[in-house]
Amino acid sequence: MTDIETLHDRLLADTADADTLDKLEAVRVGALGKQGSITALLKTLGGMTPEQRQSEGPRIHGLREAITAAITGRKARLEQDALDARLASEKLDLTLPVDLPAPGTVHPVSQVMDELAEIFADLGFAVATGPEIEDDWHNFSALNIPDTHPARAMQDTFYLAGEHEPPMVLRTHTSPVQIRTMLAQKPPIRVIAPGRVYRSDWDATHTPMFHQVEGLVIDKGITLGHLKWTLETFLRAFFERDDIVLRLRPSYFPFTEPSAEVDVGYTMRNGRRVLGGSEGWMELLGSGMVHPRVIEACGLDPNEWQGFAFGVGVDRLAMLKYGMDDLRPFFESDVRWLKHYGFSALDVPTLSGGVGA
Amino acid sequence: MKFTLSWLKEHLETSASLDEIVDALTRVGLEVEGVADPGAKLGAFRVARVLTAERHPQADKLQVLSVDAGDGPVQVVCGAPNARAGMLGVFGAPGAYVPGSDITLKIAAIRGVESNGMMCSERELELGEGHDGIIELPADAPVGTSFPDYAGLNDPVIDVSVTPNRQDCMGVRGIARDLAAAGLGALKPFHVKHIPGEDVGPEVRTDDPEGCPAFYGQAVSGVRNGDSPDWMRRRLLAIGQKPISALVDVTNYVMIDLGRPLHVYDRAKLQGGLVARKARAGEQVVALNGKTYTLGEGMTVIADEAEVHDIGGIMGGEHSGVSSGTTDVLIECAYFDPDHIARTGQKLGLTSDARQRFERGVDPAFLDDGLAHATALVLEICGGTASEVTRAGEPPLEPRVIRYDPRLCDSLGGLHVPPERQARILLSLGFKMGAIDHTDAYSDALFATVESPWPVTVPTWRRDVDGPADLVEEVIRIEGIDKVPSTALPHPPGVAKPTATPEQKLERRLRRAAAARGLDEAVTWSFVSGAEAAAFGGGAWRIANPISEELKVMRPSLLPGLLSAAARNLRQLPGGGVRLFEIGRRYLADAERSTLGVVLAGDRSQRNWRTGKATAYDAFDAKAEALALLAQAGAPVDNLQVLPVPSTVEGGEAGDAWHPGQSGTLRLGPKTVLAAFGMLHPKTLKAFDLTGPIAAVELYLDAIPAKRTQGFARPAYAPPALQPVRRDFAFLVPAELAADALVRAIKGADKANIVSARVFDLFEKDGEKSVAVEVVLQPGEKSFTDADLKAVSDRVVAAAAKLGASLRG
Repeated sequence: MTDIETLHDRLLADTADADTLDKLEAVRVGALGKQGSITALLKTLGGMTPEQRQSEGPRIHGLREAITAAITGRKARLEQDALDARLASEKLDLTLPVDLPAPGTVHPVSQVMDELAEIFADLGFAVATGPEIEDDWHNFSALNIPDTHPARAMQDTFYLAGEHEPPMVLRTHTSPVQIRTMLAQKPPIRVIAPGRVYRSDWDATHTPMFHQVEGLVIDKGITLGHLKWTLETFLRAFFERDDIVLRLRPSYFPFTEPSAEVDVGYTMRNGRRVLGGSEGWMELLGSGMVHPRVIEACGLDPNEWQGFAFGVGVDRLAMLKYGMDDLRPFFESDVRWLKHYGFSALDVPTLSGGVGA
Repeated sequence: MKFTLSWLKEHLETSASLDEIVDALTRVGLEVEGVADPGAKLGAFRVARVLTAERHPQADKLQVLSVDAGDGPVQVVCGAPNARAGMLGVFGAPGAYVPGSDITLKIAAIRGVESNGMMCSERELELGEGHDGIIELPADAPVGTSFPDYAGLNDPVIDVSVTPNRQDCMGVRGIARDLAAAGLGALKPFHVKHIPGEDVGPEVRTDDPEGCPAFYGQAVSGVRNGDSPDWMRRRLLAIGQKPISALVDVTNYVMIDLGRPLHVYDRAKLQGGLVARKARAGEQVVALNGKTYTLGEGMTVIADEAEVHDIGGIMGGEHSGVSSGTTDVLIECAYFDPDHIARTGQKLGLTSDARQRFERGVDPAFLDDGLAHATALVLEICGGTASEVTRAGEPPLEPRVIRYDPRLCDSLGGLHVPPERQARILLSLGFKMGAIDHTDAYSDALFATVESPWPVTVPTWRRDVDGPADLVEEVIRIEGIDKVPSTALPHPPGVAKPTATPEQKLERRLRRAAAARGLDEAVTWSFVSGAEAAAFGGGAWRIANPISEELKVMRPSLLPGLLSAAARNLRQLPGGGVRLFEIGRRYLADAERSTLGVVLAGDRSQRNWRTGKATAYDAFDAKAEALALLAQAGAPVDNLQVLPVPSTVEGGEAGDAWHPGQSGTLRLGPKTVLAAFGMLHPKTLKAFDLTGPIAAVELYLDAIPAKRTQGFARPAYAPPALQPVRRDFAFLVPAELAADALVRAIKGADKANIVSARVFDLFEKDGEKSVAVEVVLQPGEKSFTDADLKAVSDRVVAAAAKLGASLRG
């Protein structure tokens, strides 16, 4: 065995034995450093004859390449082992809990109002608003409810204290927005007016504050048939059911003539009423053709303009759609209830995705 | 309005079933609230005779009866003191359900003696309150017959809700007329017996022709005021009217039967004639309900020479009411003005069956017939002799004629009904059309002569009908409003246009932004208690007739409602975190202002394996919510100033609700307050029964400047070509210097080059305050030279020095 072969075998063994990067570096320096054994062999090439160089050169260079490769390989191995060891030492118990940002919620009343706005926008209705502290004229007189009218006894009105001329009330319905809209803009009119309304009534099914949405269409040639279609179309879109059936019943509201109470058909499913079909009927809303005197009170000619109006409880729509069976918790702000019945911020009602969430 | 099926059939000739009648009532607008069949639940009870009654061997208060209910004697143990041999009563055999006691009878041993059923009291059968003994039936009651058959209890009671416009349906006959028009049968003719008077009519007059335009009176002398006949008592009882005496029952019966209220006076208790006049202020009357009413000017009363005997059209007086000893009576049949009745009733807070009818309006053409009919009933039941009728004043009888074009049914109601059919409907409801004044008078030939538009005369009992739209309603409700076909609203071509206003879009956006930030949306009452409002500066609007003291003042802020809600939640879930928000109105003296309120209470974060203890909310959490939401609202959040909450900012908020050192307002310029935020004052928390710390925010949505719309295209994207340069400065500053003032001064030192300045470190020690600021400089065309940077740096230090800040060595 030649010296070179011996050196080759020794250096390979040293490389393999180096179990740290430092030891490996020492092997490298010992072989390939300025004073290294291979460096020394390389230096001998300069003093050789061309013939010697011809035979020894490749051997010495072969030795250098073999050892360089061995050290590089060994280094990679050791680095990999070190990384593996470090990573192994960094192991975490990922079953530990993390804090998620608390998910917030949108109240069902707001969600339903957004749904209504979305559906009615497609039918060409804008959203109108009006004050909740309303004067007696807008809330009653302009709606054909004179102060002696028995209809005033139908609604338990909250009055505001103090001397006000005209007297001020908390609006008992969203109908005064009809008046404000007709006074503010020229027909044709298509609006809905959702908002808070107030009646002095508090029991299992009534709260002193609740939400209504008013609908108003004033145009030429509008009939009760348009009212029926609008309500059917709206309810089918709102409940996302094609089998919603309506039943109109004659009724009385001072501000409409003819007036109709609208019932919606339901089907019993697992002991619950589900809207759709006509196994039974439940009262849903009041409506009618706007009374000529109301149109007149707004400065319009009832021979030229006519239309329909309806009013429906927003809370009730929410209950029917989302299955709450008690109105009172709507206004109790119990976080558990809000989280149970509330909606995600991202549940934005759209027509393409369906308005329901 | 309640009536029984047999009562209805007094006026309606019909073969329709109960179900058909109920359906038809609802279809024509007389909503059926309920149908009760009191006999149905008593079908198992029979008329029985007590054959023998022996003392119970083991109990003094019990008897052992032998009872025959048609199937021979059975043994029954009975505790009723009135049980005796020979009497007739009501027997329930084993298996019968006793509704008043909620038990099903079975054979049982009572104190060792077998009992095979029960003799029942009124209360046990839910026929009345009587429970002193068992029911005693007349001696001629047929033993073995079904008790409900015998007692006439198999007459279903129908309860309809009569809308305030339908005066005519406050009487059974009016309801029958509607049903006849709806095709359920024929309205039977109504014949009034006019009995000629034998004496001069009583002295009655009206001095108040506005309140009481007509006052008719008729006297009957020599009456016996006993019980009214069984058929009348039974009907009144069935609908929940307590029979009182024959005279009172007659007036109640006529009122319910024909919608015609009457009043009967005991003439022995009157001094002189009766006059309808206006009450004198302060005059008092004890009404039939036993209460004393103090009358006001403008109320119409019926009085004699001495005192008031009747609150006209609402309730009679106790003093002159009839009693069992009454022999001579005066029957009043008057027309009271509906508006007067409504006002008087509202002022007195007094309602009655009479008021309900006069307020809707009674038929002004039915005074003579109504009085004659009542007098005939009195004579028939109580005997006596009638006087002539005295008629004072005149009821308003001007006929009302509406010009009606039958095409309106189509153009308003959306339902095509042939003109002849419309004419027949109107006639059947009592309308007249030109020369045709009755359904039976209709012929095609005569109909052809009616001019167009039709002159339609409104019946005297339909005060509510006063325009063509009303006639459309009459036609459609009888023809069937449910037949109106759906007609699509015209849809403008193309995709629907956006309709939301900027205010609506702002509210929608903020609602979802707040929910996305982990806040739960609440909807709280618009009204709060006086004390809760006072904690926030008091409310401008107070409810005159609140439902309770807790719901009395219109909220001046959204925080009271949210704080109450937070308090309830923390009681419910101690140790939890409550993050509530609400979007709604504050009710200020000048306007209702759209507002967003936030309350952060309880734990901000729970105790946690990573961070240790639970943390509470602080004022900076509130500031973060305020700025985040304002940013979503499009407010220029970089330009806002933090200033203290003033004691009274524009609009009337009180700063006193907030922690004086840990609250602020965010303003655009010195005056425009966009939001208030911070910690609440401990005394505010106390007012809501809360323990702190609690953070809150209020955003004043109407103060936020509207976003400018410049189309959809964004400005061109032009990132700077060169890298920005960061330089840190640490200043020693006076303790009271606000960080924001220092940052503004630094930014202002070189507006061309400084793009941002941000506090990144702060510490206070030994009365010294150190603020470290990172300043970012953005080179334009050329990189900064060392000289450029030194110049900027010098300007920054100089600007800070003006505020008393010096570079920390």
